[in-house]
Amino acid sequence: MSIKSLDELMNIRKKHEENVSLRDNDNTSQTKLLVGMATCGIASGARETLNELLKEIKAQGLENVKVVQVGCLGYCHSEPTVEVNIPGQDAILYGPVTVDRVKELVERHIINHEIIEELVINQNFDRA
Amino acid sequence: MSDKIKLTINKQIVEVNPGTTVLKAAKSIGIEIPTLCHMDLCDFEFVNKSASCRVCVVEIEGRRNLAPSCVQKVEEGMVVKTHTPRAIRGRRTSVELLLSNHPQECFTCPKNLDCELQKLADDLNIRDIHYVGEKINYEKDSSSFSIVKDPNKCIMCRRCETMCNEVQTCGILSGVGRGFDVIVAPAFKLPLQDTSCTFCGQCVAVCPTAALTESNRTREVWRALADPTKHVIVQTAPAIRAAIGEEFGMEPGTLVTGEMVSSLRELGFDGVFDTDFAADLTIMEEASELVHRIEHNGTLPILTSCCPAWVKFIEHNYPEMLDIPSSCKSPHIMFGAIAKTYYAEKNNIDPEDMVIVSVMPCVAKKAEAHRPELTNYEDSNVDLVITTREAAAMIKEAGLDLKNMPKTDFDKMMGESSGAGVIFGTTGGVIEAATRTAYEWITGETLEDVEFNDMRGLEGIKSATVNIGDLELKIGIAHGLGNARKLLDSIKSGENEFHAIEIMACPGGCIGGGGQPYHLGDSEILKARQNALYAEDKGKKIRKSHENTEIIKVYKEFLGEPYGEKAHELLHTKYVKREKL
Amino acid sequence: MSIYRLNIMVCGGTGCMASDSQGIVDNFKDILKEKGYDQEVQVLKTGCFGFCEQGPIIKIHPDNVFYVKVTPEDVEEIVDEHIIKGRRVERLLYEDPDLKEKINEQSDMSFYKPQLRIALRNCGLINPEDIFEYIAYRGYEALGTVLKNQSPEDVINTMIQSNLRGRGGGGFPTGLKWKFANKAPGDEKYIICNADEGDPGAFMDRSILEGDPHSVLEAMAIAGYAIGAETGLIYIRAEYPLAIKRLEIAIDQAKEQGLLGKNIFGSDFNFNIKLKYGAGAFVCGEETALIASTEGLRGEPRNKPPFPATSGFKGKPTNVNNVETLANVAPIILNGPEWFNKIGTEKSNGTKVFALAGAINNVGLVEVPMGTTLREIVYDIGGGIRGGKAFKAVQTGGPSGGVITTKDLDTPIDYDSLQAIGSMMGSGGMIVMDEDTCMVSIAKFYLDFTQEESCGKCTPCRIGTKRIFEYLEKLTEGKATMDDLHNLKELCESVKDTALCGLGQTAPNPVLSTMEYYWDEYVAHVNGHCPTKECKALLSYTIDAEKCIGCTACVKKCPVDCISGERKEPHVIDEAVCIKCGACYDVCPVDAVIKP
Repeated sequence: MSIKSLDELMNIRKKHEENVSLRDNDNTSQTKLLVGMATCGIASGARETLNELLKEIKAQGLENVKVVQVGCLGYCHSEPTVEVNIPGQDAILYGPVTVDRVKELVERHIINHEIIEELVINQNFDRA
Repeated sequence: MSDKIKLTINKQIVEVNPGTTVLKAAKSIGIEIPTLCHMDLCDFEFVNKSASCRVCVVEIEGRRNLAPSCVQKVEEGMVVKTHTPRAIRGRRTSVELLLSNHPQECFTCPKNLDCELQKLADDLNIRDIHYVGEKINYEKDSSSFSIVKDPNKCIMCRRCETMCNEVQTCGILSGVGRGFDVIVAPAFKLPLQDTSCTFCGQCVAVCPTAALTESNRTREVWRALADPTKHVIVQTAPAIRAAIGEEFGMEPGTLVTGEMVSSLRELGFDGVFDTDFAADLTIMEEASELVHRIEHNGTLPILTSCCPAWVKFIEHNYPEMLDIPSSCKSPHIMFGAIAKTYYAEKNNIDPEDMVIVSVMPCVAKKAEAHRPELTNYEDSNVDLVITTREAAAMIKEAGLDLKNMPKTDFDKMMGESSGAGVIFGTTGGVIEAATRTAYEWITGETLEDVEFNDMRGLEGIKSATVNIGDLELKIGIAHGLGNARKLLDSIKSGENEFHAIEIMACPGGCIGGGGQPYHLGDSEILKARQNALYAEDKGKKIRKSHENTEIIKVYKEFLGEPYGEKAHELLHTKYVKREKL
Repeated sequence: MSIYRLNIMVCGGTGCMASDSQGIVDNFKDILKEKGYDQEVQVLKTGCFGFCEQGPIIKIHPDNVFYVKVTPEDVEEIVDEHIIKGRRVERLLYEDPDLKEKINEQSDMSFYKPQLRIALRNCGLINPEDIFEYIAYRGYEALGTVLKNQSPEDVINTMIQSNLRGRGGGGFPTGLKWKFANKAPGDEKYIICNADEGDPGAFMDRSILEGDPHSVLEAMAIAGYAIGAETGLIYIRAEYPLAIKRLEIAIDQAKEQGLLGKNIFGSDFNFNIKLKYGAGAFVCGEETALIASTEGLRGEPRNKPPFPATSGFKGKPTNVNNVETLANVAPIILNGPEWFNKIGTEKSNGTKVFALAGAINNVGLVEVPMGTTLREIVYDIGGGIRGGKAFKAVQTGGPSGGVITTKDLDTPIDYDSLQAIGSMMGSGGMIVMDEDTCMVSIAKFYLDFTQEESCGKCTPCRIGTKRIFEYLEKLTEGKATMDDLHNLKELCESVKDTALCGLGQTAPNPVLSTMEYYWDEYVAHVNGHCPTKECKALLSYTIDAEKCIGCTACVKKCPVDCISGERKEPHVIDEAVCIKCGACYDVCPVDAVIKP
């Protein structure tokens, strides 16, 4: 299994960068998705939403996108809630983001920076 | 454009070859930097390079600390100052520290007035030891018959370690432990008797203090001399006569045979005899053995066995090759065997009342005399062995000044020696002596030119080929056990083939033995001693062992045939397989 | 492969392991599995975070939450609250003692803010037992780049330009060392990594080896390429079993990936690394003694010149580098020497790892740019003196170093500035001392160490350090005279001047340094008095003048007549004569005698 060239090394690196991507802490360039995971969130399926987000981000090959669980965001009526923080843009809080809406969220907002109006709870939410 | 290096020492400019040490460079312009652990025996590939005593330190411009001049090589443009207050302070501190950890028993120390540390303390004007504290406290090792090891006097100069490991390749001594309590000792701090030490005594020969000295038997000799019931006779090895004069201020290499004999006689010995006589005896037996082996397809090569350190070396290190050495005892042992039988008979003396004392240049012979194989009729062949230094001390005790003694001859019956017997004392001498006899025995012709220059000189390993009739006798010679090892390894591997090999454990042969006056690395002294022996050989009318009239007599009247039954009983021995530790 | 949404990094350095961080790991794995979260949460052991005072430490990613003083018993709560419900466990967060508030993120802590982790870059970030995590963070890219695009001379020039200096304490320019070895004639050369780290209290190298072993392996290979060596040896002290284990795993993994062995990255370059264990001798940290030990001989230093670059291991050209020095190599290659030049001071570029210990609040491992002042380290990073006591001095350089007092607290740390004030950088040990520390005892502590660790080869060190120690013992027992004090100083200067190797040459430093700044304390000891009351033998009985009623009961009782005082006047004990029998204490009716 010898690595015989610098390119080979780079490929291996790319493959494994995902595994450690959770540890990147660069607030200025990372997109952060905060998922409310308090009791009501979990009860409404936030855990599944989070896992689906991870799956979709990987499937889309997106880099520099972090998914962080947080406690109660306060909007219990619209759980599961996901807050999207893209550097340079306003924070957007979405809910309810059920598992079936995850793909859309990723494609429209994360990739295309398009706000999904019907899913928005509050547009000018202060950054967490 | 010369490729010498120019530097300044004490404001004087000096030019030397690259690779020269600052110490040597200074010496070349008459500046003596004190040293202690340093020892340069470069003729024997021995330079003690530990630079650990820190006495020879000097100031070098641009260098933060003081530098040890004995290992610091010169550099172009170097500016050295050897005796600034700073260098002197460094030197003094090192010696004061050594003295603070040294027993203060100079009065009764074996090296009183002969100790390098003592001399240094005086040279450096040390009259006060500021740093008083704990001292190392080890027991003296008097386990062996040859060497006394007193670790408390060790100054960690490592000369003995260098000698034992690099020159003699015995590997007995090494630094053991760490920190303040470190000493040079055998592995596990075992007593020497329990190791594979050969007692070659070269460590004793280089030790600057009394950490390593010979086991002193002079008291016992005095006791024997004072006992009216004892018939005490003494024999002197060939190497003694070329060196003992040095203990009395004479030039190295002054032949003092006659004076030595007179001095010993004055001490009260009932007979003063010559080991060279027994050397001739050894040749009779050993040449017979060589011829016997050649003619009967016996084991070859034959190795000379008169050196007990060498015998012990082969017993420990090459136990599988014990059929190679000659079975002959060493000369002084043969002497003892003949003295307690032939001489005793002829003079009506009860051998039980006899005390045979050997003066030897060697400390290994002290242990040799106690070997259980070297007895006849349950009595040791030789009773007491003292070194050249001990003999000189006894002569001084008797108030005699050797250099002013008259020249007299050895006593008869065992005092005559041929020139061949004399040269036993130097490397190459034994085999040259054997060749002189073997030649005439094998060819039946007279050997005209008895001097074999190929066998002479201080080179570590020599080889020579002598045409004896149809036979091309191949001879190998080694002195120093490291060279012996090389030679033996080459025989084992089949690289070299010899008929006869002479090995002496001490560099230079017996003249450089562990019991001789300290030469401290000066190979000029060794050369001078060698030349003295060759000169005595040249001055003799009889130069071949088998022509020695007393030898002829002892065979005719007592022993019978050389290599015969009686000869075997008295003059031959066996060897013991020993383990290596 | 499961997609983890959480990484829990648990500190696996020896310090936290000693506090059962393994138990934390085990509990996490068990409880997460039990509760069905093991496919979503990855638990990993990582290297030292450095904030050892607060250990055991765990860090949760991507939440970037830093929990301190965690015990295995806390794990269940962390899982229930944080992992499952996303709620921080407040009581396990670090509380800033000045701001009195809990701090979530590492980068907001005053302990971490001034730090710049280059040598320690991966410690706390990656799992040291997984080569792919090292690769994910640009591991082995430097080696690959060098082998593909650069000549050995290019590499050496980069190192020279970077101005990296030996981090073991010598401060010798690394690039120059590589150049000498490269230029030395011969085609059998060696790279040796000095992992013997013997200074008491120093654990910089240990943390790097435990937390990021591959950084050392990669650097050794790069060095090998630069000087033309095919064999690397790591001389590691046997007292570091965890570091040894991590190195062995790393070497095996590197071999498996072809990053060690023949034709690395498909080039002509071969390189292999072997481990050699030390056997408990501090002196084997000295490079020539280390080489002797590696050859199977007594670990005794040799006279220099010749230097190892021309004649080292087996008499061949050898380059010996310290672990921390090597840990800097890959970043320099990747980021370029100019990047390194911008960090630190003019003559000392880059950072230095320090092991902070002693009377300081935040004991641990820190890495700061050169030029950071001692004040910043002691107060900002270190959190000030424990127990609110006053700062007295800081000792750097271990047994070879000296003390730095208040007046030099604003000295920016670099090799030359520390030397100029009588101390030295050393390998990075930094012991902080407060007002209750007796400086004579400190000197004695260090000499106790050096005289025992002396190899015994040269006179000044073998006997000299012993005598120096004996003087210090006399001082702390109140048996020394002023003459002794002067002789001690002279002896120290002489030993420094004449000893054969660094151990002996620097052994007197603690004494000379403390003498320079605290001569009064030494004189006090001569007079039988220890100002900090640390030296038990010098403690004395005193009489409280306020309480004393002048009854003369003690005066009459004293067996050596050392108490003076008239009736109704406060009595006084003459400390010089007092034999500390306590008879006065026993007889005083009003408890006016103060026992030491």
